[in-house]
Amino acid sequence: MTTTTARLTASFDDAPLTLVRRRWPLGLALLLLVAFVALPLLGDDYWLNAILIPFLVLSLAGLGLNLLTGYTGQTSVGAAGFMAVGAFATYGLLLRVPGIPLPLALVGGGLIAAFLGMLFGIPSARIKGFYLMVTTLAAQFFIEWVFAKFPWFYNYASSGTISAPRLELFGYSLASPVGRYLLTLSCVVLLTWVAVNLVRSQTGRNWMAIRDMDTAAAVIGIPVDRYKRLAFAVSSFYLGIAGALWAFAYLGTASAGSFDINRSFQILFIIIIGGMGSIAGNFVGAAFISLMPIFLNHAGQWLFGGNVDAGQLQNLQKILFGTLIIVFLIKEPEGLVRLVGNLRDRLRTWPLRF
Amino acid sequence: MSTLLEVRNISLSFKGVKAISDLSFAVRRGEICALIGPNGAGKSSLLNILNGVYRADAGELVFDAERLHRPHPLTAARLGIGRTFQNNALFKNMSVLDNLLTGLSRFQRSFFIEQALGLPRARREARVFAERAEQVLEFLELQPWRDVAVGSLAYGLQKRVELGRALIAQPTLLLLDEPMAGMNAEEKQEMSRFIADINRDLGATVILIEHDIKVVMDLCAHVVVLDYGRKVGDGTPAEVQANPDVIAAYLGTVHG
Repeated sequence: MTTTTARLTASFDDAPLTLVRRRWPLGLALLLLVAFVALPLLGDDYWLNAILIPFLVLSLAGLGLNLLTGYTGQTSVGAAGFMAVGAFATYGLLLRVPGIPLPLALVGGGLIAAFLGMLFGIPSARIKGFYLMVTTLAAQFFIEWVFAKFPWFYNYASSGTISAPRLELFGYSLASPVGRYLLTLSCVVLLTWVAVNLVRSQTGRNWMAIRDMDTAAAVIGIPVDRYKRLAFAVSSFYLGIAGALWAFAYLGTASAGSFDINRSFQILFIIIIGGMGSIAGNFVGAAFISLMPIFLNHAGQWLFGGNVDAGQLQNLQKILFGTLIIVFLIKEPEGLVRLVGNLRDRLRTWPLRF
Repeated sequence: MSTLLEVRNISLSFKGVKAISDLSFAVRRGEICALIGPNGAGKSSLLNILNGVYRADAGELVFDAERLHRPHPLTAARLGIGRTFQNNALFKNMSVLDNLLTGLSRFQRSFFIEQALGLPRARREARVFAERAEQVLEFLELQPWRDVAVGSLAYGLQKRVELGRALIAQPTLLLLDEPMAGMNAEEKQEMSRFIADINRDLGATVILIEHDIKVVMDLCAHVVVLDYGRKVGDGTPAEVQANPDVIAAYLGTVHG
């Protein structure tokens, strides 16, 4: 009897790739409970500051880029540029608009980033692929230059940096590690929910249609150029908020240099490793990219006992990342999230696999 | 029956090579019209002009008693001109259901922000869209593949999904570019049945390109024959079959 059931399950698993994921409301509730309650109680400052906050912000940035690149198929290497816009705009709003509440400043910073993203997305109507990527590269360098060149943006500070203004909500200070962690987590949870809504909606389908074949998308009545610009705007909104959180919840003090091209590549790697066109993939990719250096560090210490210097270990990391990116592009373009999915499917039928 | 589409003196050339020259014909509302002719006769180019992918060098199109100014794929879709392609143009990484749903974009009324926040109007619209997609899935007998990525489907099924994606938009005029290419006899019969049903039950006017003369004769009341971008025959299947110019186009003229 058991064998028959197993056989049936197995034969269903041989069916072609199914794109529907079962939802796990209980698992999700548990995850949120752990994230909102258990981690702030149990995690020490090091964990919150150095691991969880950057992980969450990078996930959010990955999510923003994934909406543009993974879902709409418009490759961008200017992600960090739009993060910078969000950070500097939020800073400016908090500084110059008296009494503006933090959430409003964050949303405002995001909207300003979205507007700029939309502007830089206008060329996408005419140019595609590699050439479009070059315009995003131009955006990256242009934005970085603007925020380094004009002192108005960093309030004429002699250091050229912006630092976390009053981080408070309804009179509660969010300056402690737990406060900054909860601020980041709330933003990430809210924006992830919005992203899930979006990619399952007609908007998301229009984006994916443009990604898969834009000429056909136009023929069936999708305003291709408008949806490309929308993708640039929404993506930049996410990146803008991620940038503000990176500057104020994680770094504390940031400058234009905190959002250089290397950051853009880091975010691109997150979505390549995690999975293009996947929401969960951003979290997997960000976890991988923020935990890998720590793991390598510890592994290096343990293996070589301090005989190898830190600089060498850093180089080793870069080599490892480079190799992984190549492996992923060749072997699993759908990223880690696909590997996890495959593993889960395999475990479900284990050990009775036919 | 009234005229739905009128093609008047259309010409098209690619870098000096004439693809279509001075072509005129009319399609009546509610008929199935076949475009036939040897390879390179300009059939696909004509469909591309009809839904605005190409711009004709000369001539005009009258659709639903209105002249089409500056046709564009988007405006054509909004006017209710649906289209399938010779080599399937599906969204490969999306499921069958999602592919069908993309066809409803011209009916989308809720703003993206409503969809992003899951507001009532967006949710209601999504429900209506989903119902309509299920109807099309049922009509085309595609339910078993509902959640399967289109890229992994067999060719014949992909053709059916593409038909469904055009169909779900409730087109007034449906342009089908070789809907039965590469199919076996049984699949062709099935596809013919779907096309006949769409025409009869949904009242869509159909223009289709097809090479299988038997299929054309069975399915269509009106046949337009093209050769080297010119019209060589226009009439009922029987008329066209008896037309010496058509026979010449297909079999070659007897020289001597």
